[in-house]
Amino acid sequence: MNKKLYLDNAATTKVKKEVIEEMKEYFDVMYGNPSSQLYELGRKSKEAIEKARKEVADFINADEKEIYFTAGGSESDNWAIKGVAFANKNKGNHIITTKIEHHAVLHTCEYLEKFGFETTYLNVDQYGMINLEELKQSIRPETILISVMFANNEIGTIQPIEQIGEIAKEHGIIFHTDAVQALGGVRIDVKKQHIDLLSVSAHKVGGPKGIGAMYIKKGVKIDNFIHGGGQERGKRAGTEGVQNIAGFGKAVELAAKNFDEHNDYLIKLRTKLIEGIKANIPDVVLNGHPTNRLPNNVNFSYKYVEGEAILLLLDMEGIAASSGSACTSGSLDPSHVLLATGLDHGTAHGSIRFTLSDEITEEDIDFVVETMRAIISRLREISPLNK
Amino acid sequence: MYTETVMDHFRNPRNVGHMENADGVGQVGNVKCGDIMKIYLKINDEIIEDVKFETFGCGSAIASSSMATELIKGKSIDEAVELSNKAVIEALGGLPPVKVHCSVLAEQAIKSALYDYAQKTNKTIKGLENFNPEDEEEFGCH
Repeated sequence: MNKKLYLDNAATTKVKKEVIEEMKEYFDVMYGNPSSQLYELGRKSKEAIEKARKEVADFINADEKEIYFTAGGSESDNWAIKGVAFANKNKGNHIITTKIEHHAVLHTCEYLEKFGFETTYLNVDQYGMINLEELKQSIRPETILISVMFANNEIGTIQPIEQIGEIAKEHGIIFHTDAVQALGGVRIDVKKQHIDLLSVSAHKVGGPKGIGAMYIKKGVKIDNFIHGGGQERGKRAGTEGVQNIAGFGKAVELAAKNFDEHNDYLIKLRTKLIEGIKANIPDVVLNGHPTNRLPNNVNFSYKYVEGEAILLLLDMEGIAASSGSACTSGSLDPSHVLLATGLDHGTAHGSIRFTLSDEITEEDIDFVVETMRAIISRLREISPLNK
Repeated sequence: MYTETVMDHFRNPRNVGHMENADGVGQVGNVKCGDIMKIYLKINDEIIEDVKFETFGCGSAIASSSMATELIKGKSIDEAVELSNKAVIEALGGLPPVKVHCSVLAEQAIKSALYDYAQKTNKTIKGLENFNPEDEEEFGCH
């Protein structure tokens, strides 16, 4: 049996050992309800939450009071968009987002359309970058929210967040960014980048699943999301998942500590993998931006073959990856992100995303390139295309 | 997700390849939907002496093509035209519901190749009276 190579770190990451250690005691030692402040067990739980809140706040240059824990990235996206839309509907009913957002944003906007809200979906270029002029031209007097993802989960393209923030600020429009995939891979500074709302998730950075956070800039008008007790300053009720929050805090602490070293290493691996594939496999298309992309993201389309077949053969070699092919999504169309970059359906069906981690070595990259070369050549022999 | 038989036919597909001077060729599906199957037939004395396939598509599309070609190899034209997608699924030990269309494509690809043979040889094949390969061009997005 070959070594297992997990190259799907954009889907989720392995929980770090230090994170598991940090979480452990909140199950059966420090198990108090953080709302029970009159005894020590409760106060200890509350302390753990506030310590984690500070870690998350510091990592994105926010104030602790501006961080609210949620159940994850999708919840944060839902809250940001619905919360702003309903709280500001007296000002307007127009939202601007992009064609390449995560479905947590796209489907929330579609849902709001039932309530009379209107959405403009910005185009992207072949690299997945939005056009700032198109953004400016899309702004109307009734625009209340701009939501543009920090970095794309499929193709890794990083948007010009600071410029978008400036434009939103000039027009007095609330700016939300889905930074779920960007956290840990790009420097986030909510003040410098003029961000009003930001969604993040723990499990993309070595934390547990089921926990995320939203940054809400002080003064931003947004509805409360879960009505109930006074947790999270009354905005997001429900007894806190203390162990998950503590784990999230630890994961962020580690990500902050090793930021440069970690990302420099990933960029080195990324470059080696991109160059290796280009040099060894003909008729490939790099999806996403050549350089302005997440350090761990490599996404290529392999012409004349289909992604699911590639994934099955990769799995036989112990390699886990993902594809934008329709066959892997259960839908009729390939990835909406790849189609938005102008890729034709056939080429989009043949896309494979590798997302790296620091457990991967340079030798592993050589193995991936050689394995891909063999798989693509084999599937092309079976394919009737390009003959 | 897939049965062992599906994985076997995907990993070691039978009858893969191009055929020179085929007596009948059929191609169904399209790139947009992510599935294309091309079937080549060598027919002698109303018997399918040889069959080859080329497929662009997912694992179950390749496995369905491979199994379908195995099921008609050495059979008479009348038997081949009777091949249903259900027979392909049964022989594969089942397909996930979202992959059933792969077996339908395999059935249509074979019918399309038989139709091509009938056209070239001015023959009428019982069971293909209402078959129109044009309808199958856009087949696949299910």
